[in-house]
Amino acid sequence: MIVAERKPLEEIADMIAPYKKVTVIGCRSCVAICLAGGEKEVDMLVSAMNLKNRKDGRDQVLEGLVVERQCEKEWVSEVEAKILGSDLVLSMACSLGAQTIGDMHPSKLVFPGLNTGMFGVPEEQGVWSEKCMGCGNCIIHTTGGICPIARCAKNMLNGPCGGSSDGKCEVNLDVDCAWYAIHERLKLQGRLELIETVNEPKDWSTSHSGGRRIYEREDAKLTPHQKRGKEGSR
Amino acid sequence: MSEREPKVLGFVCEKHGLDAVQLAARTGKEYDANVRLVHVPCTGRVDGLHILRALEDGADVVFVLGCLEKNCYYDTGSIEGRKRVEYVRSMLVAVGIEAERVEMFNASSSMSSKFPEIVSQMAEVARRLGPIGPGGDGK
Repeated sequence: MIVAERKPLEEIADMIAPYKKVTVIGCRSCVAICLAGGEKEVDMLVSAMNLKNRKDGRDQVLEGLVVERQCEKEWVSEVEAKILGSDLVLSMACSLGAQTIGDMHPSKLVFPGLNTGMFGVPEEQGVWSEKCMGCGNCIIHTTGGICPIARCAKNMLNGPCGGSSDGKCEVNLDVDCAWYAIHERLKLQGRLELIETVNEPKDWSTSHSGGRRIYEREDAKLTPHQKRGKEGSR
Repeated sequence: MSEREPKVLGFVCEKHGLDAVQLAARTGKEYDANVRLVHVPCTGRVDGLHILRALEDGADVVFVLGCLEKNCYYDTGSIEGRKRVEYVRSMLVAVGIEAERVEMFNASSSMSSKFPEIVSQMAEVARRLGPIGPGGDGK
């Protein structure tokens, strides 16, 4: 899932201060799971900002609402009237949600309430960790199911390096060495010979180096005829 | 002009917290403020949003009263309550509002003086700080 965290309240307050009518829109997907932009977080932000406005004597109207998935136009269109009726939309979704609203309503101001951080997983209650960097060419079948790109501080394809000590990384002793973890996992799986297989330099052309990536699936795309029919049914 | 009554709201757990409130009443203790209590099954049920909404709706100060942390009826409820209070306090500071408007307290069933002390402390804070806002009426 995408893991994000709320921007500091001071930063949000400064961002939204010049605008009279602010609609705060959360998302019930990833950012709700990571407790950054779900229903409760939206309500608490609105409540805190209302208190700040009262304290500062500012006449600003905030309204909070939540959509199922802010990165999908169909869900965003359900709150279109609220978006169009506001001076500013503060998105409490990941950057994908904020950009979806912005792309659908390019004349409207859509500001981010969250800092979008990583592809990660919940490790325990209140803890999320990065597991993938979206390089576009997954190799974890050769590394015991552990991604060295995301989890090795040096993104090394062959490890562990000389900085690995007692399962920790020299970059920061609080950080687990990814390649130590890979070694232990491969040993458990009886595939330790893979640790000695030299991985060739990675083809990074599938990663972010070439600008925005677009994935397409021809069989799922609508033909012009189908698109006309779908638009006509609305 | 008469002095404005402080608006004190307390979320009180129905176990040792409420016992402490009732014991104070049974033993004739007095408290001096316009205090309203909201009974909750456990302070672990108190959400940060409850506290913020109470302040939004006009409370000058809000307190949460639960069991002693190592003797909580539901084991960890009052620890959860304290974490939420601390989170709300950090939010208040970030938006320029005094953290001391929100406090967490713990009591056992036998602490007859605790509740009046809490009310006195919070009422004093409410009187000193006044309602939230630039001279508003606390609503």
